[in-house]
Amino acid sequence: MIEDDGYSLRLYVAGQTPRSIAAIANLKKICEQHLPGRYEIEIIDLMKDPALAMRHQIVAIPTLIRQLPEPLKRIIGDLSNTERVLVGLDIRPN
Amino acid sequence: MADKVRKGHDLPTVGKSATGIRGLDEVTQGGLPQGRPTLLCGSAGCGKTVFAMTYLYNGAVEYDEPGVFLAFEERPGDLIKNVGSLNYDIEKLIADKKLAIDHVEIERTKIAESGEYDLEGLFIRLGFAIDSIAAKRVVIDTIETLFGGLENEQLLRAELRRLFEWLKAKGVTAIITGERGEGSLTRYGLEEYVADCVILLDNRVHDQLATRRLRIVKYRGSAHGTNEYPFIIDERGISVMPITSTGLAHVASTERLPSGVPDLDLMLEGAGYYKGSSILVSGTAGSGKSTMAAHFADATCASGLRCIYFAMEESPSHIVRNMRSVGLDLQKWVDRKLLGFSARRPSLFGLESHLATMYRDVTDFEPAAVVIDPMSALLSSGASGDVHSMVIRLVDFLKARGITALFTNLGAVSGENPTTEIQISSLMDVWLLLYNRESNGEHNRELYLLKSRGMAHSNQVREFVMTSDGIRLRPAYVGSEGVLTGSARLAQEAKDEAAALVRRQDRERRSRELEHKRRAISARIEILQAQLASEEAEAALLEREGIAREDQLVADRVAMGVSRRVGTALEKRAPKPAGKPQKRLDSA
Repeated sequence: MIEDDGYSLRLYVAGQTPRSIAAIANLKKICEQHLPGRYEIEIIDLMKDPALAMRHQIVAIPTLIRQLPEPLKRIIGDLSNTERVLVGLDIRPN
Repeated sequence: MADKVRKGHDLPTVGKSATGIRGLDEVTQGGLPQGRPTLLCGSAGCGKTVFAMTYLYNGAVEYDEPGVFLAFEERPGDLIKNVGSLNYDIEKLIADKKLAIDHVEIERTKIAESGEYDLEGLFIRLGFAIDSIAAKRVVIDTIETLFGGLENEQLLRAELRRLFEWLKAKGVTAIITGERGEGSLTRYGLEEYVADCVILLDNRVHDQLATRRLRIVKYRGSAHGTNEYPFIIDERGISVMPITSTGLAHVASTERLPSGVPDLDLMLEGAGYYKGSSILVSGTAGSGKSTMAAHFADATCASGLRCIYFAMEESPSHIVRNMRSVGLDLQKWVDRKLLGFSARRPSLFGLESHLATMYRDVTDFEPAAVVIDPMSALLSSGASGDVHSMVIRLVDFLKARGITALFTNLGAVSGENPTTEIQISSLMDVWLLLYNRESNGEHNRELYLLKSRGMAHSNQVREFVMTSDGIRLRPAYVGSEGVLTGSARLAQEAKDEAAALVRRQDRERRSRELEHKRRAISARIEILQAQLASEEAEAALLEREGIAREDQLVADRVAMGVSRRVGTALEKRAPKPAGKPQKRLDSA
């Protein structure tokens, strides 16, 4: 369980593609750097559970969804542009 | 040559996926290209979504082909409600796993982009939806929304290309809808990717009347109709009017349909109209066109055939009530489902839409005859140039189906030919002119059979009388001032009757005189015969006396001869009376 100001993030990928692997690595790096101890990452492989794509409104791969804090935020792409990820997740760099 | 053509049919051709949309399958010669995407484009509000949904609905209901609707614009709830007006029970189809709707929400403001991505998520969704109900049909409405939702257009184009290839590989028949762009078929040039079949929908407004039209822009590997076809969307779904004037190859029938007016049938070789012919009844206001049309409808139903009455100016209940006054009970045919009324104001929509509606009604009801009352109302609802070709299409369509059609037309006064009549009269096989002529201070109806192709028809102008027992055609009285009608005719009839009476009396008198004479003569004959008889009796008496005297003379002569011994010669000649001559001898 994370604290009230913690980040709950979900990353949707489709199989082990280079882009998925890059996205996972980029996300972990950003979180470690800017949200140490305040984040939780769930990685969902739509290849294994395709029904979730429709249920969670996924179009692009990879898609990162900020579940918490509210409101819901979406970032698509391999997260290689750190600046955009920070803006998208509403994280003020320390 | 014929062999070659036949071989051509055996060659592998594009398979067709029937849309089940009336008319469209005829225009496309079977439907959309099977296993390939079709681009359906048009501006906003021209019916793309309804068209696409109808394709899926018909597939699920009629062809047992489940379908997936990938909606980018409308939410499933709205979509279901919107097509609910077409009586499509989408919810049941979804419950039966015949249909799946997936709504894709894309909003640029809610999505940030960071680095490279692809649309694999969309592929997975669509693939999952297709596999979950074993779909054969897919609709993507409208994928261009993605261009508004995502920044990277280049990537998007690459992904769309991949999507269409992927759809082909999946073997599903897909409809991709696209918004009409300036100077191009679609705003983002989708036609570049979906090249197999492109259908363009259009909703044009002319004189404040909107008309929907459909055109097959291209269809790779298949022949197709190239014209613009009007179509309608109403509570009974979509129907495209596929008719074209391809050729004059109608089979001419020799069967007849009664006109409903026995006197008119007599003018038409005693049998009525040819089956499948087109009849124009033109006349001025109040000359009895509708009544003539109703008689025809009544006669058609009376012979057990179906008829559709397209009423443009009166409501069905009006027509039924009004025709009771001439002794026609149309309601009973309506109740027996032989007569169908289709009443629409001409101003409801444009001419093409009217014709598309008629096409739909005719293919539904399959009548033997139709009545369009009046045609002239329709003519005013189209641009003048289009009218002629559209009427030709309608007449051709009806003829090709062997349907007898009666058109009424409100014409100008005194039989002058207005331009509309000139335009359509050449298409008509029978042309009846109804006049309402003024003479002697009254208006009287007259009928003239101007033409009737293929039969020896009467050339008489007849007086046309509406009785409580239907239309009667009076024989013409031709006087020095033309045909006598109305009270002039009645006066003439009275005069004729008086003259006939005099003639009859004269005849009777003469025959009475003759009878007298005959009796007098036969009385005289009797008297003369009686005289003759008495004279004959006298003559016979005298004759008998004469013979007796003669015998006496002979006997006397013999007796005298005996006494003078004249010899045996005499004795031999006359038999010797026994004893008597002896007595004479004694006395001599």
